[in-house]
Amino acid sequence: MKVLMKGNEALAEGAVRGGAYLFAGYPMTPQSEIMEYLSVRMPELGRIFRQTESETASIFTVYGARQAGMRTFTSSSGVGMSLMQEGISGMCAKSIPGVFANVQRCGPGLGFALEGQGDYLRDTRGGGNGDYRVLILAPNSVQEMMDFAYESFELAEKWKNPVEILSEGKIGQMVEPVELPEFKETKRVVDGMDGVPKKILLDHDDPEFGLKIAKKIEAMAEEEQRWESYLTEDAETIFTAYGIPSRTARGAVDKLRAEGERVGLLRVISAWPFPVKGFAQLPDTVKRILTIESCVTPQMAEDVLITAKKVMHLRDAEVYSLCSGPVAAKVGEIMQKYYQIKEDPQKEAISIIPNKAEPFNRAEL
Amino acid sequence: MAVQRKRPALLKDNSWCAGCGHGLFTRLLHESLEELGYDNNYICVDGVGCSSNYFAATTLGSAIESHHGKAPTIARGVKLARPETMVFTYQGDGDAYVIGLSETLNAAHFADPITTFVLNNNNYGMTGGQMSWTSLPGQVTTTSKAGRDPETTGMPLDPLKMAAQEERVAFAARAALNSPKNINLAKKYIKKALELQVKEEKYAIVEMLSPCPTDWNLTPVQAIRWIEEEAVKYYPLGVLKDTTEGGGA
Repeated sequence: MKVLMKGNEALAEGAVRGGAYLFAGYPMTPQSEIMEYLSVRMPELGRIFRQTESETASIFTVYGARQAGMRTFTSSSGVGMSLMQEGISGMCAKSIPGVFANVQRCGPGLGFALEGQGDYLRDTRGGGNGDYRVLILAPNSVQEMMDFAYESFELAEKWKNPVEILSEGKIGQMVEPVELPEFKETKRVVDGMDGVPKKILLDHDDPEFGLKIAKKIEAMAEEEQRWESYLTEDAETIFTAYGIPSRTARGAVDKLRAEGERVGLLRVISAWPFPVKGFAQLPDTVKRILTIESCVTPQMAEDVLITAKKVMHLRDAEVYSLCSGPVAAKVGEIMQKYYQIKEDPQKEAISIIPNKAEPFNRAEL
Repeated sequence: MAVQRKRPALLKDNSWCAGCGHGLFTRLLHESLEELGYDNNYICVDGVGCSSNYFAATTLGSAIESHHGKAPTIARGVKLARPETMVFTYQGDGDAYVIGLSETLNAAHFADPITTFVLNNNNYGMTGGQMSWTSLPGQVTTTSKAGRDPETTGMPLDPLKMAAQEERVAFAARAALNSPKNINLAKKYIKKALELQVKEEKYAIVEMLSPCPTDWNLTPVQAIRWIEEEAVKYYPLGVLKDTTEGGGA
């Protein structure tokens, strides 16, 4: 039986059913429902909810509790996630399998508070200091908010690496029917630091520290790529997107197919590792790839450009970008862009929809 | 008859400078852990600075490496996961009172049953003796070469006093590691603070004025005198708060 749930609450419930024992968080739009929901839900199940003094404190509570063996997660958005980068970098260095969700905003600084995809580059590159990567799953529905949060703890533990749910304000705020997964068994402490006292080896004391991190990143990149292909078999034009724009892009594919156009969609699910394998499976009929993102300047489009160079039969494909600002590009806007690049390949490899950058009319919201 | 005190089992030779207070503190700490029966069931969250050398001073100590100033928050997470384990932070003044001021005061505010130890040597020891918020007026450091000027850099900050004002803090005290009498008092405070955590699930904070002859450009003997003659003017010793029976302060 399906129930109606808001995206942020589905993410919270998914984490609870996936075994989360402690949530630590700080309020910030558009993800505050996660902590509001858990402030009731966690104590109800005999688990722990903590409102902390900052996002820095949230991530370091996760850092401490997970190192001591407790499944722990946090969530934030925009600048709140920026504050967490020190802790995320630290968790990667120490192979701590923490989980966190970024319900994205758009734009630099405080940005546009309600929706968008402003953080792709920061998050996929590891926004803190040093060399590391975080496993990143990008949902595009309320059901996936739940499912990705549900599996995130085991995925993190499999790799001993943090996992991020890269969501966005729109998915966090919308309501859809979802199927609830079974509760996984959990307990206060699942692993780590058993049999104290023991010397916790400092990673940087290990002469093979750098090599081990490099090998892990390589193995994760090989095994954890996720994507979804839609009508790509004979496509000349590929739309690629993650999150909400992948839904409007799919709508555009359907309409263009009805008009006899050979278009398909490659939806990116694992923002890191980027699904190079998905691109490698595209047919050699592909002439152009259009990346559609809800941000101000091309972000994922950079990965698409790199990938097109890596995949032999895509080397001659033209690569385009459509950035729609905080609000996802509408079906009609994507279709318009499609006809434009099809008819005049040289014109505007990168285009930004200007009216989308100024939707601060609260009466409409 | 003179009795040689036995070195606590988990300690080995340390790498702190000659005349430094850190070695004294770890000795007192581990004596207390043994006496309370917790040297097999503790997790130390150590700060960034000279306290990081704690790793090198133990053979099998359970310690978590912190980020700068974040030790109380990490310790909170550890304690939530393992309430049966003794959890304490081991920090310097730069770590706990400057970059980690928020974390320290929030730990006192939440009063999770952890214990915080702060070694206050009035400067940034590990990075070579820069000015700290605890440096004294006129104190020469590598970033206040003409002496600390309160007009532009403020007067010595006393976060211990701030923490003591928090309602749920059970015990707040300041000792100094500069004479047998003061060292014995420090041991008493350390043990009491840890005892409050494991017996009554309470938060406590203990600060120790600690000599740093290397960065103060003094001999070890001059350094312990400097604490007695200068540092205590701004950082008076004693119990700031004690909610236990007969505590009074």
